[in-house]
Amino acid sequence: MFKDYKYPREAYGKTLRELGRERKDIVVLDADLSSSTKTKFFADEFPDRFFNLGVAEQNMIGVAAGLATTGKTVFASSFAMFVVGRGYDQIRQSIVYPKLNVKIVTTHAGITVGGDGASHQIIEDIALMSVLPNMNVFVPADCVETEKMIRAIADHKGPVYVRMGRSKVPTIYDDSFEFHPGRASILKEGNDISIIAIGIMVSKALEAAEELKKKGISARVINMSTVKPLDEETIIKAARETGGIVTAEEHNVTMGMGSAVASVLSEKYPVSMFKCGIPDVFGESGDYKELMEKYGLTADNVVKTSLNVLKRKR
Amino acid sequence: MILKQMITMKENFVKSREERTKRLEEMALKIRRHIIREIYEAGSGHPGGSLSATEIITALYFHIMKHDPKNPKWENRDRFVLSKGHSCPTLYAALAESGYFDVKELLTLRKLGSRLQGHPSMKIPGIDICTGSLGQGLSVAVGMALGARLDSRLYRVFVLLGDGELQCGEVWEAAMAAAHYKLGNITAIVDRNRLQIDGNTETIMSLEPLPFKFKAFGWHVTEVNGHNFNEIIDAIEKGFKIKGKPKVIIAHTTKGKGVSFMEGSVAFHGKPPNDEQFKIAMKELGEY
Repeated sequence: MFKDYKYPREAYGKTLRELGRERKDIVVLDADLSSSTKTKFFADEFPDRFFNLGVAEQNMIGVAAGLATTGKTVFASSFAMFVVGRGYDQIRQSIVYPKLNVKIVTTHAGITVGGDGASHQIIEDIALMSVLPNMNVFVPADCVETEKMIRAIADHKGPVYVRMGRSKVPTIYDDSFEFHPGRASILKEGNDISIIAIGIMVSKALEAAEELKKKGISARVINMSTVKPLDEETIIKAARETGGIVTAEEHNVTMGMGSAVASVLSEKYPVSMFKCGIPDVFGESGDYKELMEKYGLTADNVVKTSLNVLKRKR
Repeated sequence: MILKQMITMKENFVKSREERTKRLEEMALKIRRHIIREIYEAGSGHPGGSLSATEIITALYFHIMKHDPKNPKWENRDRFVLSKGHSCPTLYAALAESGYFDVKELLTLRKLGSRLQGHPSMKIPGIDICTGSLGQGLSVAVGMALGARLDSRLYRVFVLLGDGELQCGEVWEAAMAAAHYKLGNITAIVDRNRLQIDGNTETIMSLEPLPFKFKAFGWHVTEVNGHNFNEIIDAIEKGFKIKGKPKVIIAHTTKGKGVSFMEGSVAFHGKPPNDEQFKIAMKELGEY
């Protein structure tokens, strides 16, 4: 179904480099993972505006805050596990509470890190970042969206968290796509059920919709890349028009995007729904595709779940 | 003839320093009264570390730092980070006495709707970063100092650290980074009052040999009596001449300084005076 597979983190690095050429106020920080997060693309061209803080994420967050107070637009990157996990208090106290213009852009989130195992597989970062007042949380689905998102957040004043994985993902958008905070994008119209997905699961949702079509079921597919602010209007409309919702994410089902959707539905338009995601367990080492199979992050599981929701709907 | 001139110069120098000290001591006394009143009115707060930091903050705001209360966002202002955010009653008093806001507002500390939060927030003009969760201020100062360098600005960054918070690992991450980037525009001051909430720092988690730790991290270290204006100011100003290296001044202080029953008292780390204690404290500080 998809042909073009690319690394969103490469799109991130390239976009940063372009922004660096366009804007003098862009400053980039990393914590010894610039060749993996691809901030190296920026570092190579703008060594004066790039600071590698070493394996010291808490300090990196504080330094980002200090730079932001001097009028810089700061991008701070590393693996999601280490920035969010180790730097949570620093993000809260020094960036989000003062509402500073820092973009925390992470890679290697979720279980698709693969072989490194649970120590590196953060499945709770969306939860941790979403509960912070003033914070925006975005998850791009492909390289096109990554580029548009990075450009959009560079123009936005205030703290933002962006989450990417390690692996390649299929390209689903063409260049005409535009990212707007707070506005989800509908990738496929449908009337029987809605699948709301983020990140690597967006392409799985599209595959699932194809499968469902073969069974005569018309599924709407929504990319909820703007987890916070959440696009409530699109969620409620989907609930009203399709009557059933399935969410899909590479994150703990507890307090992830699915929980945010459930919270909107339960208060404003209750319909039958089910969340696909990691069932509140730590990950493990393995090939990322095998891990996705094991933890149900597959088109097949989204299809199965959709059929169950449809049953409950009737 | 030359000798006479030299004697006159020396006399003038001594005289001007005496006048400076007198002026700063008067201000420090005023600030101490504000601190006690603020915390008493609030019914909670941290008098011990606020009183120990009084001379340091007074020296910075009323002698050392270039700042403009009428233009708090002036781009070339010196920056101050109160990493030990719980000493904010002192900072608030210094800001109010400088003219950033009316001194009457000091009595709203910690009250609902007040700009004067229990720990520094950027709602207050003159405050550049929120602090309160310990150990983060030096990192922020590093970012500010790098920002100055990127923009070729000459402002300086001052950061006041508590001694207890030096137990936080992030402080040493930041210390490493400041030396790595040769940030000569940073002056850190440690309020070395030797007491933290649970007791003596050396009993809880020893910091000594503290000067050697900073030296090993690549910092220029000076030790002073943190209640002596000449010592504080001389150490800071001499530090300015040392280029390409961050400076730390370990200011030996007394927790609760200026109020007899608070001096050296762990109990008054985070406890307000009661009615009677308030009266005694204010009397000791020259009111009534």
